[in-house]
Amino acid sequence: MRPILMKGHERPLTFLKYNRDGDLLFSCAKDHTPTVWFADNGERLGTYRGHNGAVWTCDVSRDSMRLITGSADQTVKLWNVETGAQLFTFNFDSPARSVDFSVGDKLAVITTDPFMELTSAIHVKRIARDPSQQTAESALVIKGPQGRINRAIWGPLNRTIISAGEDAIVRIWDSETGKLLKESDKETGHKKTVTSLSKAVDGSHFVTGSLDKSAKLWDSRTLTLIKTYLTERPVNAVTMSPLLDHVVLGGGQDASHVTTTDHRAGKFEAKFYDKILQEEIGGVKGHFGPINALAFNPDGKSFSSGGEDGYVRLHHFDPDYFNVKI
Amino acid sequence: MALVDRSGSGWNSNPPKAEKIRWGELDEDDGEDLDFLLPPRQVIGPEENGIKKVIEYKFNEDGNKVKITTTTRVRKLAKARLSKRAVERRSWAKFGDAVHEDVGSRLTMVSTEEILLERPRAPGTKAEETKIAGDSLAQLGKGGAVLMVCRTCGKKGDHWTSRCPYKDLAAQTDAFVDKPPAAETTVATTGTGKAAYVPPGMRPGAERVGSDMRRRNEENSVRVTNLSEDTREPDLHELFRTFGPVSRVYVAIDQKTGMSRGFGFVNFVNKEDAERAINKLNGYGYDNLILRVEWATPRTN
Repeated sequence: MRPILMKGHERPLTFLKYNRDGDLLFSCAKDHTPTVWFADNGERLGTYRGHNGAVWTCDVSRDSMRLITGSADQTVKLWNVETGAQLFTFNFDSPARSVDFSVGDKLAVITTDPFMELTSAIHVKRIARDPSQQTAESALVIKGPQGRINRAIWGPLNRTIISAGEDAIVRIWDSETGKLLKESDKETGHKKTVTSLSKAVDGSHFVTGSLDKSAKLWDSRTLTLIKTYLTERPVNAVTMSPLLDHVVLGGGQDASHVTTTDHRAGKFEAKFYDKILQEEIGGVKGHFGPINALAFNPDGKSFSSGGEDGYVRLHHFDPDYFNVKI
Repeated sequence: MALVDRSGSGWNSNPPKAEKIRWGELDEDDGEDLDFLLPPRQVIGPEENGIKKVIEYKFNEDGNKVKITTTTRVRKLAKARLSKRAVERRSWAKFGDAVHEDVGSRLTMVSTEEILLERPRAPGTKAEETKIAGDSLAQLGKGGAVLMVCRTCGKKGDHWTSRCPYKDLAAQTDAFVDKPPAAETTVATTGTGKAAYVPPGMRPGAERVGSDMRRRNEENSVRVTNLSEDTREPDLHELFRTFGPVSRVYVAIDQKTGMSRGFGFVNFVNKEDAERAINKLNGYGYDNLILRVEWATPRTN
């Protein structure tokens, strides 16, 4: 395959997200301006200007009308996807790390970093259908985990919130009461910071990637560990193919060591693993920095990766990908 | 001369060209293949609006030259089925920084490089198979790295493995010493059973020497590319011996020019050594060039 290289960002990529139809690709980077691209040919549609810090994550509503972005400038913003206009700004006292719309787009979960004396927190906000009626109140605030909470997503039927972060523990919270329901086991769980978390299409299971050089597959309801994928590089990004039983891991050596070694030694490929057999299928090379973000097109026929090198690489699979065997 | 216009959309701005060929034979040889006299086929476009013109010349039944212009519109069909909403979004106006984008800014480019899903090993091979074979050979190669080491009798610098005079003797002991128990059972099952033909290499007792040896050879084989042309086998050996016993060094030489083709293979006795060599020497600067060292993928046949 010949990937499409998209160079819109001037700083390392942090997050990638496809909309539900898979025709738009949203990219977040440390350069303050999230960007939207056409996912088929990589043409830039527009940028969302207004943030004043690195943008860590974004999410797009099911109807592709609203975009929510979380930034290090201590704000979370709602945008009109079509025009790039800012609709609302949630202000926090510490950088916002992760954002996720609930099923139905009526709620959003936002995590904030520990900052000054503040501890990290998970906030649940109501999202009004009409942006003029949007309020900044939190429906729920959950505190407790130590260190940054790198990801928080909605569990099945919005009943739970799944979070993971620097303390390497995956937690499931009740989304109504904020009570801690389940916690991953220290023995079997991750040993280092969980950097990314990605749900399966049906939400029944999710995969976490960690700096302990592994990715783990969990059941969304019971939080039982199903599979572990071992690799030889810290994992910064994980995603799952919606079409085949494939898990993709992205990562690479620490960004601070990149310039000291040959790029081939850095292990900057996106690694494909068989979801069930936990065996490596192959790697897709190309980035000259660690991969920070991965996203699969909802049709499963293409995926994109964003790297520390500031590039988004959009890969449309060759036909022979769909019948690779181990 | 007639001019036929079969243009689909009806426009054809080319004026009829009255080309005359005053060859005496032309009329007499009518009916024979005179296609070589015709101007070549011309293809114009496809242009921006997708219109493509093909101009062809041929002789009709009366021996007249006919110019045929075929105008077609080329349309790209998107393979993916797009939802109505997605089609609508396609026509959304650009916003933000994308509005003032220069044509020359080239934010989106198609990679010039063909990127493949690189398989960790050739399909069909197992990951663990190599270890045991490597260990048994380690003792043989212990005496230090010599270019020519016989893997059956362990003699250095005398003969290659395939020429070993003790080949038949060694094969037996070899089979007892380092054959993993698992392999023995599989051999037994293939050996017994039906009275079907069993190739010599698969027969019990004989299986160690031929195919298996080659397999070992390939398993610890390291491919070195981007070598400078001056690099010869001894140089390569010098470079790789530091990592452990080397059983074979080979630099590809172009048969016509006698020059190095810029790549070679090094076989290690131990897999670990080969691994270390790859880790260490991949990207290593050697003779002004940056070496690329990787596993030589075993041939699938």
